[in-house]
Amino acid sequence: MAILDGGPTQPVSTVTSASDRRSPAYDFWRRFSRNKLAVLGLCFLVFLILTALFAPLIAPFEPRDRGDVFRGGPSRHNYFGTDIIGRDVFSRVVYGARVSLKIGIGATTIALVIGVVFGAIAGFFGGWIDTLLMRVTDIFLAIPYIVLAVAIASVFGRSENSIVLVLGVTGWLGVSRIVRSSLLSLKELEYVEAARSLGFSRTRIITRHILPNALEPIVAFGAITVGSAILAEAALSFLGVGPQDPTPAWGLMIFQGRGDLADAPHLVLFPGLAISLTVLSFQLIGDGLRDALDPKQR
Amino acid sequence: MASYVIRRLLLIVPTVFFAISFLFLLFFVLPGDPANLLAGGGDRIPNPIRVEQVNDKYGLDDPIATQFVNYWKRTLTWDLGESFATGRSVNEILGDRAKNSLRLGVWAIIAEVLIGIGIGVYSAIRRGSWVDKLSTVGTAVLSAVPIFVLGYAFQYWFAVYPNTHDWPQWARLRTSQIGPPGSGDGSWFLFFIPTGEQWRYVVLPALTMAAVSTALVARLTRSSMLGVLDADYMRTARSKGLDERRIVLRHGVRNAMLPVITLIGLDLGAVIGAAVLIETVFSWPGLGSTIANAVEDRDLPVVLGLTLVVVLVYSIVNLAIDISYAWFDPRVRLAKRDDT
Repeated sequence: MAILDGGPTQPVSTVTSASDRRSPAYDFWRRFSRNKLAVLGLCFLVFLILTALFAPLIAPFEPRDRGDVFRGGPSRHNYFGTDIIGRDVFSRVVYGARVSLKIGIGATTIALVIGVVFGAIAGFFGGWIDTLLMRVTDIFLAIPYIVLAVAIASVFGRSENSIVLVLGVTGWLGVSRIVRSSLLSLKELEYVEAARSLGFSRTRIITRHILPNALEPIVAFGAITVGSAILAEAALSFLGVGPQDPTPAWGLMIFQGRGDLADAPHLVLFPGLAISLTVLSFQLIGDGLRDALDPKQR
Repeated sequence: MASYVIRRLLLIVPTVFFAISFLFLLFFVLPGDPANLLAGGGDRIPNPIRVEQVNDKYGLDDPIATQFVNYWKRTLTWDLGESFATGRSVNEILGDRAKNSLRLGVWAIIAEVLIGIGIGVYSAIRRGSWVDKLSTVGTAVLSAVPIFVLGYAFQYWFAVYPNTHDWPQWARLRTSQIGPPGSGDGSWFLFFIPTGEQWRYVVLPALTMAAVSTALVARLTRSSMLGVLDADYMRTARSKGLDERRIVLRHGVRNAMLPVITLIGLDLGAVIGAAVLIETVFSWPGLGSTIANAVEDRDLPVVLGLTLVVVLVYSIVNLAIDISYAWFDPRVRLAKRDDT
């Protein structure tokens, strides 16, 4: 039995004293901006979102239009060269930002929602529900991720939307484990016991007292998950089960350029760079968020 | 301890059963009829008589439940069936391809452990040195580059470029595939030691496979070492007047290895996933590229048979890691680990 020593029980998330009147958002930004790399990542992400939004203004050509230079190297006319059927690689990379962001953020949202719901149920109720859910995640984690995703992707079709679904329904396993384990430790804390002894309902305790505190690790994990989803999309495209041809997906562009490594390495280089920089910026932001949200750093 | 091991071993059985059954049923929802593929192949219109023969031979017209039961009956006697695409026995394909995957995997893990732990320990001791900074940046960058892009980059720099720019013979690596046995390219000694020219084929895919995990191992070794270096027993060792080298190796590295060992075990899943991509990049005839091609061809027996083996190996290695963890560190009590 936990011993309540009579001291005030305090929720973990709000640490504000009378002398500190700055808003939590300002406080958070101050901690986040201390990490220069994370700010750099954030800058790149803003740049990427702007690129995706204003793609028609930035791209000099339509991503589907074919010119008459095939596999041409980078030039003043085609900054990143042209592909096998004469399309402008720069324009395709610019439009590809839309595809990657949509798939990355869409898949992560689905994964987070499913993962939080299952993790919260398993962590809070425990018992046979917990055992059952954890065994189910064990089963899916036992299948190598790529094999699972490729198999499901070949069933559900190869459009952008179905890839969002496939990555979402395969990506929640890790999320649910994190939510579950943080719930397991949170529900033993004194302020939850206090809420319970006040006679609050289970739903209220979960949604008002536990989840807000359990979600902090999830925010950082979410940013990193967007990066992993973009990597996974690239891998699926590369294996031929991602979005199909006219779509300017970065992974697909690499898949199409792989045969011309000796004559036209730019076909792999530029989309490869785009994927790497995007994933890197999400990881840096994730690291920054984790440090900024860590209660020990305050 | 014994009861824990037995319980975990028994848990592997339902996990593998449900995982493989899930894939089996998934492939029945898949559009496209394997019988057509078998009888015609590719886009050709299959001969209806041949389709019927194929359906008869493999029982593809039976209800799903019957096929499911028959599949498991065969599998339990370790008969993995025949490839729909080539008619070869899956057991044979497995023996062939698993050997190649092992050759790649062994070298990748050796590189990962030696380079990763080496860099990690060095950057922990010389904190802030250029090696430390470089490895921190390198780790972040490497985990963001798609593994197949890295593979192509290696292929371009170390194989395509030297071969098209008249580099000396010894510096030219092979772009892809494995040296066919008895082609003058040498062979393999003790399964995995390349002889003759064979090493020119294995270096690049093995390094690619090691790259990402090496970065992770280095990062974890570094943080684990940093934690250990401040420990009381390190101060005790120093105050006893032992020389620094001995302190770091005997007292530091040994204690810092626990999380690293776990990572290397958990990492096996990532290595298997990466193998699918890397073997495709380098046309390496291992399990990964075979599974990828078989999924594409809807070659159900090959996908299920090879995945079954992969899942089994993965589960057993993870169990072995958990046990070794307790063996290295008596403070870990096995019975309780399930609940954390």
